[in-house]
Amino acid sequence: MSGDKIIQIKNLNKWYGDFHALKDINLNIKKGEIVVVCGPSGSGKSTLIRCINYLEKFQKGTIDVNGTILTDNVKKIKKIRSQVAMVFQHFELFPHLSIIDNLILAPTHVHKHPKEEALSTAMEYLERVNIADQAQKYPGQLSGGQQQRVAIARALCANPTIMLFDEPTSALDPEMISEVLDVMVELAKEHKTMICVTHEMGFAKEVADRVIFMDEGQIIEENEPEEFFCNPQSDRLKLFLQQILSHTPNTDTEKELEKCIAK
Amino acid sequence: MTYNLIQSSQPPVKNRGFLNWLLSNLFSTPANSALTLLSLLFLYWVLPPFFQWAIIDANFIGSDKSACTRDGACWVFVIQKIDFFIYGFYPDEAHWRVNLSFVLFFVFGFLFRFLPVNFIYKILVFMLYPIITYFLISGGSFGLDVVDTDKWGGLTLTLIVASIGIVAAIPFGIVLAFGRKSKLPIIKNLSVIYIEFIRGVPLISILFMASVILPLFFPEGMNFDKLLRALIGITMFQVAYIAEVIRGGMQAIPTGQYEAADSLGLSYWQKMLLIILPQALKVAIPNLIGASIALFKDTTLVLIIGLFDLLAMVHLTGTDNNWLGFDTEGYVFVTFVFWAFCFSLSKYGKFLEVKYNTDYR
Ligand SMILES: Nc1ncnc2c1ncn2[C@@H]1O[C@H](COP(=O)(O)OP(=O)(O)OP(=O)(O)O)[C@@H](O)[C@H]1O
Ligand SMILES: [Mg+2]
Repeated sequence: MSGDKIIQIKNLNKWYGDFHALKDINLNIKKGEIVVVCGPSGSGKSTLIRCINYLEKFQKGTIDVNGTILTDNVKKIKKIRSQVAMVFQHFELFPHLSIIDNLILAPTHVHKHPKEEALSTAMEYLERVNIADQAQKYPGQLSGGQQQRVAIARALCANPTIMLFDEPTSALDPEMISEVLDVMVELAKEHKTMICVTHEMGFAKEVADRVIFMDEGQIIEENEPEEFFCNPQSDRLKLFLQQILSHTPNTDTEKELEKCIAK
Repeated sequence: MTYNLIQSSQPPVKNRGFLNWLLSNLFSTPANSALTLLSLLFLYWVLPPFFQWAIIDANFIGSDKSACTRDGACWVFVIQKIDFFIYGFYPDEAHWRVNLSFVLFFVFGFLFRFLPVNFIYKILVFMLYPIITYFLISGGSFGLDVVDTDKWGGLTLTLIVASIGIVAAIPFGIVLAFGRKSKLPIIKNLSVIYIEFIRGVPLISILFMASVILPLFFPEGMNFDKLLRALIGITMFQVAYIAEVIRGGMQAIPTGQYEAADSLGLSYWQKMLLIILPQALKVAIPNLIGASIALFKDTTLVLIIGLFDLLAMVHLTGTDNNWLGFDTEGYVFVTFVFWAFCFSLSKYGKFLEVKYNTDYR
């Protein structure tokens, strides 16, 4: 294994029954790299990142996460899940637990940290996502944007080396998207390894080291953001970019991108 | 910037008050009005005669049949026999033991509610209650005389059978629900077979089986208590229903919750016990209470295997030569007692629902 590659995916193939959802995916991700994955609906983006923490089984290929090769072995899965945190589209906070209890759950039960320590770490992260004052409330009492920020804090509490985001803003009302993206931009500045499925192209352009375009279970194109948006190679990506920007031309960055596509 | 709050004002006259409530709830449409009138008519037809019989024309004071004028109900019968209804054949001089365990229930309930300890410890403390009650009621130690279970009866027996059935079925039901969701085929199939078998059979036949078949598994001559057999039968019956209710609750938890628990690295048991089960139980509260109420009423079937619960005691006293012809009063009384307990259970369920509601939607 070469030193700075934290995730190595080789010839990954995944079927749902007869349906070939991922086809020969090869992808290496460096430590600290921020990767944005985009592509049309049903192209396999979620499936790909869910394979990385073994929420989905795969039939062929290997995934090596920080030196551990993923198999059915429960211990290995646990080891990987304690290093890889995930943020879901629909937050998936535990509604029967208060915000603070959501945050200390994994630190106390999985990582066996003492409760006091877990509580103080949790409060630190809540402060970083700007909702420390809501610690005693329940998820149902918070807005979508607040819930997603809590979910990010929860993911961070286990001190993961890799963060996976599956469309973290697409279930949110427009006015709440930026509060979540701001938190993610802050995170990106710290150079935690992040893989983020999103259609927020402004975010991609601002923080991503690499953008990946998927279609029909394959990686069609990958590039650094500037090239990716201004110089798309394949017709499919060109079409995709046009479609997506015609729907959301509201932020400054996106307007710039529009110009760059128009060129 | 600061805002001044505007005082809330009363809604316009048109939208408030009793008259408006009547209009919007009972007479909102012609069909509703017709239904309202019909219901009123029905109540008018039923209630006044009942009150006439049960209260106005009724006899309350006296010590034997001669006190009954027979114009209305003769509650003297119920009052005279009340010890019988409550304690069955339990010896008079030991009634205090039953009363004490009843009082202890509230003491323990209070402890459970207000002891400042972990939930697990609360449960452990509460587990002392049935143990203490057992020693208190059955006797045989601490200088208390033994009272055989065939002397137990009346409301006491009803409450013992119902509460043990209701409470014991919940942990076993949880285990069985996990069994039915298990990935191991043996465990899964055994659970399914058990649940479907029990649910396909009436309680009466399970009670018969418990009283006839269970002893066959034990060495000859070993005296296998009749009440214990009934308790085993009733619990086995209730477990199957509770398991299904809890499985239904688990089914209602979205897969995202399982995945979130997985992605945090929780083990299978941590996921199930900390995330899925608490939410499933919360969802299941109304149905758990429903099943418990159903069981409470079904305990009357223990008469079939020769145990004298409240209903059976009333039935029996009705055949007392001195009091022939007063069954009606007895049955009305039983109805009221059953209603009072079931209604309390139902209210308790509502209380739990509110207490554990964290959805705020
Ligand atoms: N559990 C499943 N069973 C069968 N097919 C599935 C399952 N999950 C996903 N698929 C199929 O696999 C394909 C890829 O799904 P995936 O969820 O990865 O897409 P996606 O790129 O994340 O799309 P979206 O943008 O809509 O989230 C889709 O065609 C989908 O229908
Ligand atoms: Mg998806």
